[in-house]
Amino acid sequence: MEQYRLHVNGAEHDVVDAWLGESLLYVLRERLGLVAAKGACEEGECGSCSVLVDGHLVCSCLVLAASALDQPITTVEGLAERGAPTDVQQAFVDAGAVQCGFCTPGLVMAAHTLLDHNAEPSETEIREQLSGNICRCTGYGRIIEAVQRVSVARREATP
Amino acid sequence: MTLTGTATGRTVRGAIGQSPTRPDGVAKVQGTFAFSSDVPIDGARWGMTLRSPHPYARILALDVSGAWSIDGVAAVITGDDVPGKTTYGLITADQPVFASDVVRYVGEPVAAVAADHPETCRRALDAIVVTYEVLEPLLDADAALDPATPPIHPDGNVLRSQAVRRGDLSVTGAVVVEGTYEIGMQDQAFLGLEAAVAVPDPGGRSIELYVATQWLHEDRKQIAACLDLPEESVRLVLGGVGGAFGAREDISLQVHTCLLALRIGAPVRMAYSRAESFLGHVHRHPARIWMRHHATAGGELVKVEARFVLDGGAYASTSSAVLLNAITHTQGPYRCPNAAVEGFAVRSNHLPCGAMRGFGVVQACFAHEGQMDKLAAACGLDPIEMRLRNALVTGDTLITGQVMESVAPVARCITETAALPMPLAAAATDAVMGRPGGAGLTADATHVRRGVGYGVAMKNLMYSEGFDDYSTARCVLADGVVTLKFATSEVGQGFVTIAQQIARTVLGVETVVLEPIDTQIGSSGSTSASRQTWMSGGAVDAACRAVRERLFEHVGETAGLDPLRLVVDGDEVADSMGEFRIAVADASSGRRFDETVEYHHRPTEELDEDGQGNCHTAFAFVAHRAVVDVDAELGLVKVVQVATAQDVGRALNPLAVLGQIEGGISQGVGLAVMEEIVQVDGVIRNANFTDYLLPTFLDMPTVVATLIEEPDPQAPLGAKGVGEPPCISVTPAVVAAIRDALAQFDGPDARPRAIDRIPVRPADIALA
Repeated sequence: MEQYRLHVNGAEHDVVDAWLGESLLYVLRERLGLVAAKGACEEGECGSCSVLVDGHLVCSCLVLAASALDQPITTVEGLAERGAPTDVQQAFVDAGAVQCGFCTPGLVMAAHTLLDHNAEPSETEIREQLSGNICRCTGYGRIIEAVQRVSVARREATP
Repeated sequence: MTLTGTATGRTVRGAIGQSPTRPDGVAKVQGTFAFSSDVPIDGARWGMTLRSPHPYARILALDVSGAWSIDGVAAVITGDDVPGKTTYGLITADQPVFASDVVRYVGEPVAAVAADHPETCRRALDAIVVTYEVLEPLLDADAALDPATPPIHPDGNVLRSQAVRRGDLSVTGAVVVEGTYEIGMQDQAFLGLEAAVAVPDPGGRSIELYVATQWLHEDRKQIAACLDLPEESVRLVLGGVGGAFGAREDISLQVHTCLLALRIGAPVRMAYSRAESFLGHVHRHPARIWMRHHATAGGELVKVEARFVLDGGAYASTSSAVLLNAITHTQGPYRCPNAAVEGFAVRSNHLPCGAMRGFGVVQACFAHEGQMDKLAAACGLDPIEMRLRNALVTGDTLITGQVMESVAPVARCITETAALPMPLAAAATDAVMGRPGGAGLTADATHVRRGVGYGVAMKNLMYSEGFDDYSTARCVLADGVVTLKFATSEVGQGFVTIAQQIARTVLGVETVVLEPIDTQIGSSGSTSASRQTWMSGGAVDAACRAVRERLFEHVGETAGLDPLRLVVDGDEVADSMGEFRIAVADASSGRRFDETVEYHHRPTEELDEDGQGNCHTAFAFVAHRAVVDVDAELGLVKVVQVATAQDVGRALNPLAVLGQIEGGISQGVGLAVMEEIVQVDGVIRNANFTDYLLPTFLDMPTVVATLIEEPDPQAPLGAKGVGEPPCISVTPAVVAAIRDALAQFDGPDARPRAIDRIPVRPADIALA
């Protein structure tokens, strides 16, 4: 059993008595109580566990927690204060992009990353960039709509 | 009601017909919504299940001593540790909690452990030694029908056989077409894996279970029987549900979790992996369906003959009801006076099958729509014209003898679908990403053809065959705030939103608080069969109306008015024949109106031996048009666009309806070209998301949808269920479009057009 420290959402977290084989997803959820990232496939196919490690969008089920030391980790809990959703989060709610919501935290992370890198994505670019995230409820239409709404709103907000 | 006073007919914000956002939306986008895998219970041990590696085997010996010797193991249980009923099941209790003598499918539970860490559980499971005598599995549905085949279960190999016979069976038509259609096994593939936490009460004579399920009270009934506890000692609380689609109708880990927790007297959490989830819930029935249709030369249906064989897998689950749905939808949404249908659901050593969105009608629709296209070709008619000539209307008699009493806008569904805009021509979508094969850049544009196909479906709503189906809701109005309580499983479909909208509309109150969803009120029935808007919506509506009556009595008394003159107008109670008005908030100030109502739908009947009877409650209709690009050389398909017109009765929340339509279409497209559980010699080969392919953003076509709103007088709010129709006729539409594309290849490039198996695999196109 080992002891190490993770930097998550701007705070230091000590992980004690942990088995080194634990994934970042397991440690976030079961040891740090950060359950926003979801486990749905455990092999990087569905994106439900997406978080940022050092600014890179990763599937936390595929990353060993002990390999993410000394790097800033951002989860959905770190995007905004509770009750004060980001523009992407609010657009998901408003556009009807949320049904069961299990894929949603991962998709929110992916959508933020997409818009950070491409402020005006085409529909094809949205589909391509988000294709690592599976949603079984919505058929994706309202999620694309949500991303497009944010893109337009940010453009209109820029003088 | 005509308003002659000062009433304006206004509604409050977020009422019926608007699209308010989900009450759980912000929690879900912020990750604070607790799914059943997230319920915070400190110190819960982990539970895990040992499963059979064989499709059919006798258990000769079961030695769990190795598991006990591992540090951190708190409990090891087997079939010997089930205190009550040793089997469970939704209709027939034929499935063991743990197999103790025979295992009948790969993945059948044999034992379970509880330990301090998932890895400890895995090691403990590895240490359990089961000695099996491997038996010859029954893997062929037709063989299961052969009386000479030894039964693999004491209840026999035939789960149900049922015929439907109506009219003159000797009549023939000028035009006769026939075909055999096969449907593969589809997985619901909800994203939120099975998970539950069981918390035993001190003393171990009662227990609380947080679980993601479609029907809390049915789960409780089955769990309590297995635990040998009275039902009131088993409290269920809905853990957040990450999708369902039928896969949470049956018991999976509920009993195991409770047994482990009661054994150690401490909370236990179970959470399936994806691989285990494929083994742990029932799937859509694979089916082989033969159909022969007779029509006049002018394309009018004369008779349909059919034979259905559904592979139910090892245990009964809801196979008998799925079969009923399949055979009673043989005719589809078309008039047909004569019918000879036989149907069988059989047992095999495959994975158990049961409910999935569409529930038997998906299978029937794939076959009857293939037949309609064959008939159209044989009669020289356009596929749309063929369907319009036979479109059902209200008042028609079905092949079961039941009269269609639902609003039946079949022709409108077809014509309005056909009128929706087509996608841009293939040449205009120059992006290679849009071609079959997508980012693989495999498609050579010269090998790609575009096809168009149609599908139309009829779907029964609610439960059938004499089941007294009901839902319970409680409404409390106090100080201008409405509080609703119900046990309706919110699985993502948005009933929580609809419930608030109904209360706002009936009571003129914007603030509607939702109590926790649990077994502390009567049953709401299952979130399945497209029934909750009708049933639980009906219950909430009735409870709110009952409260409104009490409110009107109170206001009438204080204001000296006949309560019958009062209406809710905006956020006020108003005199419909005078000037009096009072805000609902003021009228209910310091008062508490509290009503609980059970809503039942009208009774239905069982079928007789000829399959005659009023077995269904109501019906909805839908049409789909698919446009696909097919690369015949590589066998790749890109579904470009799906257009649909759906009979929704009345759209209570148009945005939520659109969400159901788009989501259902993605599952139907998946069944058409991607999704199939592959079993070889009874062993699942693709129990993961790498090999079981789900539609991604890039596979999902653009959807253009129109809602047909003809409120159904039978429905409490005029609204039909909208969940299942979207995923039914889209599948045959996609396959028809593939056939249409393949018909465009000729000469040395010619392709077979008889694509009668789903999902359509690349080899079915390129190598056939």
